[in-house]
Amino acid sequence: MQEEVIRVDGLSHRFDDLIAVDNVSFRVHSGEVFSFLGPNGAGKSTVINVLTTLLPIQEGEVVIAGRDLRREPDRIREAIGIVFQEVTLDRDMTVAETLEFHGRLYGLPRAERRERVDELVTLVELEAKRDVLIKYLSGGMKRRLEIARGLMTRPTVLFLDEPTIGLDPQTRSRMWDYLRGVNKEGTTIFLTTHYMDEADQLSNRIAIMDNGRIITEGRPYQLKNALGQDLIYLETDDNGRTQTVLGTQPSVTGVRRKGAAGLLVTISEDGTRILPRLLETLRLDGVTVTGINMKKPSMDDVFMHHTGREIRDEGPESFGAVRSRRR
Amino acid sequence: MDRRFLTVYWRDMLRYVRFRALLFSSLVQPALWLAFFGIAMSSSFDAIASQVPTVPGIPRVGYLTFMCAGVISMTTLFTSLFGGMSLLFDKNWGLLREVMAAPMARSNIVLGMGLSGITKSCIQAGIILLFGLLLGVRFFDGYSPFQTVIAIVGILGFVSVFALGFVFLSAAIALSMESPEGMQGIMTLLTMPIFFASNALYPIEAFPPVLQMVSAINPLTHMVTGIRYFAIGPEFSAIGRTFTYSTTDLMVSFGALCLFAAITFALALYRVRVARIT
Repeated sequence: MQEEVIRVDGLSHRFDDLIAVDNVSFRVHSGEVFSFLGPNGAGKSTVINVLTTLLPIQEGEVVIAGRDLRREPDRIREAIGIVFQEVTLDRDMTVAETLEFHGRLYGLPRAERRERVDELVTLVELEAKRDVLIKYLSGGMKRRLEIARGLMTRPTVLFLDEPTIGLDPQTRSRMWDYLRGVNKEGTTIFLTTHYMDEADQLSNRIAIMDNGRIITEGRPYQLKNALGQDLIYLETDDNGRTQTVLGTQPSVTGVRRKGAAGLLVTISEDGTRILPRLLETLRLDGVTVTGINMKKPSMDDVFMHHTGREIRDEGPESFGAVRSRRR
Repeated sequence: MDRRFLTVYWRDMLRYVRFRALLFSSLVQPALWLAFFGIAMSSSFDAIASQVPTVPGIPRVGYLTFMCAGVISMTTLFTSLFGGMSLLFDKNWGLLREVMAAPMARSNIVLGMGLSGITKSCIQAGIILLFGLLLGVRFFDGYSPFQTVIAIVGILGFVSVFALGFVFLSAAIALSMESPEGMQGIMTLLTMPIFFASNALYPIEAFPPVLQMVSAINPLTHMVTGIRYFAIGPEFSAIGRTFTYSTTDLMVSFGALCLFAAITFALALYRVRVARIT
């Protein structure tokens, strides 16, 4: 059994009468990348803020790196690295100064600070920007610098709150490469995201969160397999009849309406073999199929399956992005 | 002992020297006050004062010399009151979350800012002293070199404690504010009565009683008292009036500034401890 780096039992958090986090329990093991996936407002950030000691714990038990959050918050602070959701940099400091400042705040001895700064600017490929003011860095560089900063103290676990929010697709996938590298070096990673692909690409395990609760949890392939092997999207001239007919087929595990004209069929067997049989059954029942598509389930489908909704990207964070740009 | 307030201090000084324009203006502005307001006022005041007969044995000083202590105090007041502003910027757009998440006592934040306030104010006070002496301010008149050194140390001591008081106050306000515009408004509201209900530019003896009471508890009055005691002497005449500051007066003034700094420190410490930055 792997060592538990994070143990959370019955965590609840409320703001006035809003329950942001509702009885959440989970484990993160050493060396894992663990993701909280959910729409904005699901409570992901509140969990990360409590775990990183920025919000006081209200209800529940949290142990991180063997330290109890209630009793030894400072020991936990020493053991973790944090990359905040919003940019938390001083525009008028250089890359090296930012890292140096962090090292000093965390009480690293001088020699170790020097060594770490050298290592980390190399790791996140900012050697050339070492003495450049942060206001001259791109969004992706700032993010990389924040990751480097989170790693200054060689934390047991690195927390990242929406690490690629507001970045372009190319920069995002490079960021994932960096995070994979960091993880390979042995750092456990806990991240929150509302990007399906991010959770899917990076994580060993995913907990899907909605309305303050964990709805389901598992390895990405487990979550997807739970939906069956394939997803079939159908458009027919009689969706009601189709639902009834397909509902009686043993290989069909579910039929749901999708969009205005479509149906989403989940099946437990290989779609390439079952689909012709299904179509034949429908034809015999007098249903005309007008459109068809088949695919492997994605994290999107997993999310939709569990919440009945698609994940929304309303982006309240864009407010934060504006704020952080204004300075 | 946790010396990480030096880290907060280091970063604040880094920014201080980095903003060349701000640094330059903060040094030149008080000098301009002295040059324009000081010289303009002294030309009229000194003409009136010269009609008042001198008291034998009491040195008479010109208005420029009289108000120079006021300019040093005012500059320290402004610099210190705006010293906490960086906390507000950090809170809204920057580094405060990072500092708050560090495993370090939050008193370090307040202490670091205080130290940086002292540094900035002492540099400014030094510049004004130098510039004032060039313009004809008759500070340290007839002092031996040793007495001059003592006087400068005394002045910087007053400047430091005074700066601490207002940096802490400023930090406490900054943590309670949402926007720099709002903070700017509060600062303007504060500086006006503090500056004018004091002995910085004129004697308070002629004030109506209420204003006299205000100025008696005004930290700026105590600051000016301390500077005049060290720079001019315990007894002198200016603008046709005799000023006497006893050693007791000096002690009371210094004590008042220390008390003020202690109160605002407690206030800032409380604010920074309850602050939640998420």
